[in-house]
Amino acid sequence: MADHMLKPQLSIKKSHSLDFAESKKYKFFQNRLAVLGLIIVVFNVLIAVLADFVAPHSPVEQFRSDFLTAPAWQKNGDWRFILGTDGLGRDILSRLIYGARHSFAIGFLAVILSMFVGTTVGVLSGYIGGIIDAIIMRVTDLYLALPGLLLVLVLLTIFTPSLASITIAIAAALVPHFIKIARALAIREKVKGYFIASRSIGASHLRLMFLVVLPNCFAPLIVQSALSFSAAITDIAAIGFLGMGVAPPTPEWGTMLSESREFIFIAPWVIWAPCSVLILTVIAINLLTDGLKEIFDPK
Amino acid sequence: MIGFLLQRLGLILLTVFGASIAAFFFIRVLPGDPVLLMSGERSTTPTRYAELVEQFGFNRSLFSQYIEYLTSIIQGDFGYSLVTKGSVIGEFIRYLPATIELTFFALILAVMFGLPIGILSAMKYQRWFDNLFMAITFVGYSVPVFVSGLLLVILFASTLNWFPVSGRISSLYFIPCETGFMVVDSFISNEKGAFISALHHLFLPSLVLGTIPLTLLVRHTRSAILEVMKEDYIRTARAYGLSEFKIIMRHALKNAMTPILATGGLQVATLLTGAILTETVFSWPGIGTWIVESISRRDYPVIQGGLILLILIVVFVNLIVDLMYRAIDPRIRYG
Repeated sequence: MADHMLKPQLSIKKSHSLDFAESKKYKFFQNRLAVLGLIIVVFNVLIAVLADFVAPHSPVEQFRSDFLTAPAWQKNGDWRFILGTDGLGRDILSRLIYGARHSFAIGFLAVILSMFVGTTVGVLSGYIGGIIDAIIMRVTDLYLALPGLLLVLVLLTIFTPSLASITIAIAAALVPHFIKIARALAIREKVKGYFIASRSIGASHLRLMFLVVLPNCFAPLIVQSALSFSAAITDIAAIGFLGMGVAPPTPEWGTMLSESREFIFIAPWVIWAPCSVLILTVIAINLLTDGLKEIFDPK
Repeated sequence: MIGFLLQRLGLILLTVFGASIAAFFFIRVLPGDPVLLMSGERSTTPTRYAELVEQFGFNRSLFSQYIEYLTSIIQGDFGYSLVTKGSVIGEFIRYLPATIELTFFALILAVMFGLPIGILSAMKYQRWFDNLFMAITFVGYSVPVFVSGLLLVILFASTLNWFPVSGRISSLYFIPCETGFMVVDSFISNEKGAFISALHHLFLPSLVLGTIPLTLLVRHTRSAILEVMKEDYIRTARAYGLSEFKIIMRHALKNAMTPILATGGLQVATLLTGAILTETVFSWPGIGTWIVESISRRDYPVIQGGLILLILIVVFVNLIVDLMYRAIDPRIRYG
């Protein structure tokens, strides 16, 4: 904390001539852990996008002679399978690489979707106020009382699990948080001078809501998206772990865990490899989030 | 006080009302024929089908169906499981003690370690102790419970062989179910070593589930104490020459309790999610495994009833936490 007390002053001095965004960027890159998080996330995304080129094997190819091969550096390891193979003789590293694609795609889409829906409803609710606002808030509270994961699972019993339905279910669990934040922001903004000025010159409701209020709410919403992204990655893995994820043999981190639980004692790498990747990813996203939080709402 | 309680009870009723509507429509938006879904029968003769329609009341208007559903819920009738044929409420009550036991011990572990670590971190602000535990809690907060659960199983149950991996008690013991709480049951039974075995089985799952409240508690305690230590009365206490220990225990902690409890109370839903995953990792026969199994078996009456009951639990625990922190801090008004 102490060095953060000093650094903003530095950045203020530097940013006199620069515009505001520059100083925020500067502050973010001062936070080494946040930069580390960013690097890991970018690396992950690159791996996910380039999976076809970086994965040593196909994620579904079964090497019939190499069931449960140990990681390369262990006894009986094989350098063809750096992290070993699973119970069906599939290369774990390749499955993890393709699994990143799955997690990041669903997580990203779910966050975008929930941000879009949640922000719209939240801004609307806060802007309109009165009885409609009260009803929306009660429903949102009810929504929040339900454990998010349970909601996802129940939604997945309604729609058969597929990429689209998992995305929608995960997004549905994230929506109430966006509604709450967007509403609080809209209420905060609608008493400010610029808003009243726009209204007094006759801006339409839609314009007021989405072109006047919304742009001023972006910072907290970006922080919330980063938070939601980490929650989404965890939830995707959790539903996979509970056996409700995409159908096998699609590689997915959580599903890899549930498929391999029976081997936990004889071949622990089938468990710790996906676990480590999950931990690393979530920690990286959370470090990134902390960095964003620090620059957007300094406390 | 009365007004506050009435207001909160009103909110609870509203929540249950909302939950019942959601659960009512849940069964009707599912793909497939709700009559067959609710009866669990794959194919039926036309006469049997007509019987089922009559039995579930699907031939009446949606509104009267809902009223009937609501009435039966209020009377405590949540339907019957398709798989076990047992009543949903009966199964819920049977599985609940295991979850309460697990959550309770998780909370005890969290308070036992969380409060002292949080206080010490605040006292050693920015020193190595503080930095170390901030790093640890950051990791603990990031790691999903099922991941930490599996890794702890590898470490403690497989490699070190210190703890059992699943179940509530060793299969050597047969403990009659008196209260449903294994720790209590094994204690009052005369079986030698049963109590120890129950605790032994309970430790790893509650440690895993406990990481959720533990990390939050450390962080909230630390920031609450740091906040309180800036107050004038702490400076006064220091001026009187009180020891740092007394200041923390008697003055700081008491005033820091309110924000700690307030933030902690909001985590009931998170804790329940954690319990679902922890129970799955350790095959713990509680509400979590019950609901997950029902979902994967498509046991719709159980999913429907279980959802409402779980929401009720969350709402009630929230109310209790609310009342508790009002009791601790008399400055908070009821209203």
